[in-house]
Amino acid sequence: MTMTSRRALLGALPMTIALSLALPGVGAAQDVVRIGYAVAKSGPNATGAGITTIPNYQMWVAEVNAQGGLEMPDGSRRMIEVVEYDDRSNTEDLVRAIARLAEQDKVDLILPPWGTGPNLAIAPLMDKAGYPHLAVTSVTDKAPEFADRWKRSFWMLGGGHDYAEALVQTLVAAREAGQINDQVAMISVADGFGIDLVSAARPAFEAAGFTLAYDETYPLGTSDFAAIMNEVQRSGADSFVAFSYPPGSFGVTKQAQTMGYNPKVFYVGVGGAFPNFPQVAGGKAGGVMSIGGVDSASPAIQDYFQRHTDSAGSPPDSWASAVTYASLEVLEQAVQRVGLDHQALAQEIATGTFQTVVGDLKMQDNQLRDLWWVGQWQGDKFVAVNPAERQGATAPVIPKPEW
Amino acid sequence: MGYVFSAIAFALLAVLPLFAGDYGTGLLVGLMGYVVLASAWALFSGPTRYVSLATVAFFGVGAYVVAVLNEVLPYPVVLFCAALTGAGMALVVGLSTLRLAGIYFVIFTFGLAELVRQLITWFEVNVTGTLGRYIFLDLTARDIYWQLLALAVLTLGAGWWIRRSRLGLALRVIGDDEVVAAHAGIPVARTKLVLFVISATIITLVGAVQAPRWVYVEPSIVFNPTVSFLTVIMALLGGANRLWGPVAGAVPLFLLFEWLSARFPDHFSILLGLMFLAVVYALPDGVLAALERIRRPSVLKETKA
Repeated sequence: MTMTSRRALLGALPMTIALSLALPGVGAAQDVVRIGYAVAKSGPNATGAGITTIPNYQMWVAEVNAQGGLEMPDGSRRMIEVVEYDDRSNTEDLVRAIARLAEQDKVDLILPPWGTGPNLAIAPLMDKAGYPHLAVTSVTDKAPEFADRWKRSFWMLGGGHDYAEALVQTLVAAREAGQINDQVAMISVADGFGIDLVSAARPAFEAAGFTLAYDETYPLGTSDFAAIMNEVQRSGADSFVAFSYPPGSFGVTKQAQTMGYNPKVFYVGVGGAFPNFPQVAGGKAGGVMSIGGVDSASPAIQDYFQRHTDSAGSPPDSWASAVTYASLEVLEQAVQRVGLDHQALAQEIATGTFQTVVGDLKMQDNQLRDLWWVGQWQGDKFVAVNPAERQGATAPVIPKPEW
Repeated sequence: MGYVFSAIAFALLAVLPLFAGDYGTGLLVGLMGYVVLASAWALFSGPTRYVSLATVAFFGVGAYVVAVLNEVLPYPVVLFCAALTGAGMALVVGLSTLRLAGIYFVIFTFGLAELVRQLITWFEVNVTGTLGRYIFLDLTARDIYWQLLALAVLTLGAGWWIRRSRLGLALRVIGDDEVVAAHAGIPVARTKLVLFVISATIITLVGAVQAPRWVYVEPSIVFNPTVSFLTVIMALLGGANRLWGPVAGAVPLFLLFEWLSARFPDHFSILLGLMFLAVVYALPDGVLAALERIRRPSVLKETKA
């Protein structure tokens, strides 16, 4: 190469840099919608965020941008520009990142982090800055209180009582049909979710006339379930319930298979609705119950599963993923109706009805109550079982087929 | 001269949040939090060379005390209880472990955070039947920052005083050689214990002061081991043996991490690990010592925070 071309190149470089710096500044104000989020990409929350939250955000942004951007009330479209931070699973860092998004980056919208704790931590700040806060992945019985405290917050995954009581309902129906006896063996992990569910389930089981033949708690991190499962098997209960986290859900399933334990109802907690659960169960997940579920006959859900598989390389989990995606659709449609004004957006989200992958969605007192509480693996799908009267529910298979 | 300068610096730091927005104040809160953590950590670990990874154990306990008591007691009393709890815990831990030699101490302190976390979990599961706790205190980020700043003044003041006292001298001897120290008539265990309790109490208070920012507290949130590691690396980077060393380490590292979390949101853990290696290999005595070595004749100059 000659000197001239190199010199020309060098001369062009500052120009290019200047242009690339200047251009977004010129066009940014009107042409893009800046959407920010801070999620856990490292640390203990990274797994949950990586399964439920991040793939849906990425897929939604890619889809919207492929259509030319977010549609505004006047019919124009604006591309989404993402500003993302890693909160390292640290609440202090998360709160600061949200302040940064609101104040430094001045993003138009903020998407929530993963988990109950993180969403509660940012709620006061979101409220102060006026952003609508779609706290999707928060499971809390105090949702009504929070919705009242922070007027622009929306709670979309119910509380521990909902899940526990729905499970009891399902078992009551099975007992009345003569499918199971009135004995339940229950184990729970000694951590957030397990405790919430078990403390709601105990009274609910008793009130429904069930006897807890076995009721023990195991520490987080337990990997050997042989002893526990032996006692569970000896308890004589027809129903086995584990309010567990993914490692425990996988562990008890494998242990039950190893020892040939076949209760008529086999219920595990978080992780039971993960797309890889059938593999964990060696292809014999059929009949296993867990939290969540989807209306697998719905074309919207089937399409969503396909798109998620194409985009993220794996199907979504069948509990919070679809709801997370639905929250983004709510946001998209609300923006299309009223634009980006926060006050109007919050108002629209609270009162409007939206077409989403989980069906027509309408908030009640800033909460999503039309949820699936209990699901069951049937074939290669994790179908919704409870509420049984809701459209899209499938009748549960009880007793569970043998492993 | 030094006092006047420090006083002016702290006065400036105190009025800073009045001109900063939410993010700026949040940055100051995080920064001041780590300045105090690193300084308090170095108070004990610097002179004795006992590397403690128990920072988050005390930090988390502080946050938990606030979470448990915030609705039943007035705030200052809650803080007092937190300090008392931290001191009591440090006393028990110190009495049972400070006779351990270096490496065993490191392992024990690392386990301590997990132990405390499991104890709290056990208690919540079996006694109260809930795990998450809520903190609804009307404290702004600014209020929290001022408390942390006060704590920073207190910590640096304590560090300065200890350095001049017989206690500091005794600690330095212990750090150089425990056997010699014992033979010279220094009450080794008691000296270490006193320092450990002071350091741990301050760390507990940092957790207590910061907790209202989080609204919701559960063991997995407050006992995040990264806090312990960051504290150590910050103190070591600046130089744990100097009064201003931890400050000189905490400020640049905190800002660097803040920048990294935005620029490289996917690589934080890798960068943290590399940083650890770099500090230990390249700057074993800290930045301040390295700077001093570069410009030899100058007197010990204390860099401003």
